[in-house]
Amino acid sequence: MLSSPAPAFRTTSEFTLSVTHPPPSAVRAVPAHPIPRGRPATRATGLAAAVVLLAAIVVLSIAVGAKALPLADVWPGLLDPAADEYTVVHQMRLPRTLLGLLAGTALGVAGAIMQALTRNPLADPGLLGINAGASAAVVTGTAVAGVAGLHGQVWFALIGAAAVTAAGYVVGGGRGATPARLALAGAAINATLYSYVSAVMLLDTASLERLRFWTVGSLATAELTIVGTVAPFIAAGLLLALAVARPLNALALGDDTARALGARPALIRGAVIAAVTLLCGAATAACGPIIFVGLLIPHLVRALTGPDLRWLLPYCAVLAPVLLLGADVLGRVLSRPGELQVGMVTSVLGGPLFLWLVLRGRVGRP
Amino acid sequence: MIVVRTPGGVSLRLRPRSLAVGVTCVLLTLAVGVLALGSGDYPMSAADVLRTLTGGGTAAEEFVVHELRLPRLATAIAVGAALALAGAVFQTLVRNPLGSPDLLGFTQGAATGALVVIVVGGTSAMLSGAAAVSGFATGLLVYVIAWRRGVHGYRLVLAGIGVAAILTGVNGWLLTRAPLMDAARAVLWLTGSLDGRGWTHALPVLVALTVLGPAVLAGAGPALRLMEMGDDAASALGVPVQRLRLALLGAAVLLVSLASAAAGPVNFVALTAPHLARRLTRAPGPNLLPSALLGALLLVVADQVAQRAIPGQQLPVGVVTGLLGGGYLIWLLAAERRAGRL
Repeated sequence: MLSSPAPAFRTTSEFTLSVTHPPPSAVRAVPAHPIPRGRPATRATGLAAAVVLLAAIVVLSIAVGAKALPLADVWPGLLDPAADEYTVVHQMRLPRTLLGLLAGTALGVAGAIMQALTRNPLADPGLLGINAGASAAVVTGTAVAGVAGLHGQVWFALIGAAAVTAAGYVVGGGRGATPARLALAGAAINATLYSYVSAVMLLDTASLERLRFWTVGSLATAELTIVGTVAPFIAAGLLLALAVARPLNALALGDDTARALGARPALIRGAVIAAVTLLCGAATAACGPIIFVGLLIPHLVRALTGPDLRWLLPYCAVLAPVLLLGADVLGRVLSRPGELQVGMVTSVLGGPLFLWLVLRGRVGRP
Repeated sequence: MIVVRTPGGVSLRLRPRSLAVGVTCVLLTLAVGVLALGSGDYPMSAADVLRTLTGGGTAAEEFVVHELRLPRLATAIAVGAALALAGAVFQTLVRNPLGSPDLLGFTQGAATGALVVIVVGGTSAMLSGAAAVSGFATGLLVYVIAWRRGVHGYRLVLAGIGVAAILTGVNGWLLTRAPLMDAARAVLWLTGSLDGRGWTHALPVLVALTVLGPAVLAGAGPALRLMEMGDDAASALGVPVQRLRLALLGAAVLLVSLASAAAGPVNFVALTAPHLARRLTRAPGPNLLPSALLGALLLVVADQVAQRAIPGQQLPVGVVTGLLGGGYLIWLLAAERRAGRL
């Protein structure tokens, strides 16, 4: 948890030491990990295993599709951009895989820090309406301002995500919000924004044609330029998230304790909201709203690592893209030669898990 | 409080304020209705409309009122009342001001059925039927998922949100499978529209209201009021809580299914009408009848706004209710939060 040494007790009793008082050194230090979940070495090994798993999924994501590629050809295919038989790799699957990596990481980490900040097991960018906020802003940009292409979309998505993150925190979040209330606030925001999105689509058939594919959440439209556009935003969000991992650990003990440990609650909250906005806004701009990745992965990872964010975040960053790319590959395999959009696969996979979390009865008690 | 006692031993308690709200809603609905019947490409004065309704109009007037505008108005009134009544029942059962079919996966369930029909190709009757059946099935599914030694409000809400999220993904995917024209039709249906609605759409809802409405109002109204105090208190006072809850949920889901089948799942009427009714009557309890009357008024007014908001373009009524209701909802959430009740 916190590796800060036990505070020295500079009280008057120190200066009037008698034999009956134990010397200060006998005061037991605070254990570094109140909930030990394996030694750091074990967790590092686990992380390495997770990276290997991710590498395997990446290879699969490049090999599997309407035109199957033998696994042996994946590497030469990547190295040889000129060869015709590998066009599919460079034009479609490489950008798609990179985007899945980026978006998955973004959503997983965003979900983890949101859950830590709200102390709410049901926090997820999709459930809380942040993706819907980005969607509504993008739809507005497309229909009203005629924004085409991703460079404009990203800014709209970021603005929308920021607005909803702030609004959601004010309306349904804050301190002392029950999981059920936060989820309801998110559902309300979602319902409102999606009714707006469909209204815009109705009035403008051209934007319907483009947006109906985007609003499902898909990696299919990925291009290298898109990856390049969103990468800086996601990188910034990740750095910010990793930077607040330690103070956010302290914040879990309550504001007063966190202050005593040298953290600044208001600053941390602001940083988390900024990170969530960057991560969700950029991911949504690139692939559309994808639900449940940010909910699922932190829960699974917490079972492995415990609640310490310094371990939780790296694990989420590695395992969330495994889920997203896995879902994407699954969508390609299940309905050859067409495909199921990844957003649909994650909602069908993630929904039951969400329900299971609810039904265990451990969350959602008012 | 006015209490009317009949010789037969039946007593009826009336709150003057609730009564006033109800009567005002009816009068306003009638007034807006007459305006609606007289407006459009063939304008008629209120006097002409009333004369036509009483059988004294010209052939053209008869056709316009009886064939074109009255069915649409009747559908609006029936759908609004059905959605609002169901919403009031839902909110009372879930004991949460946001526990409405809009947020509990029901709407998405009805949409899934409708989309499947649109993608596969089918008649509009099939579409309505599929929407009603799949909406009902979704309601049942949420109930079963939330069941655990009885169904408690917050579990129902969370299960509903989970199911809604899954179905949203499925619906989005279905939308990409359809040709563009069908996709536009599907989005239109999903938003909720009264365009071109006739008696075939209005009648099932009206019949359901006639049958279920009095049953819910008279049979369950008093018990619902007791259930608002919590299951234990209600049980102690002799209310068969779980059985009654199942029956009421069934009735509410049926009303919403039929209303959705008639006009599509019109956004937010079920959520906002009971709220506004509560604020207007200032009466405790479910406020079932005022909610239903207010719901009818809201939908009739929203439909007029939708037809006139953008000149030369007819918005579907669901866009108006969605935006207005959505704004109200966000405000409500913030207000509830300040008041610390949610």
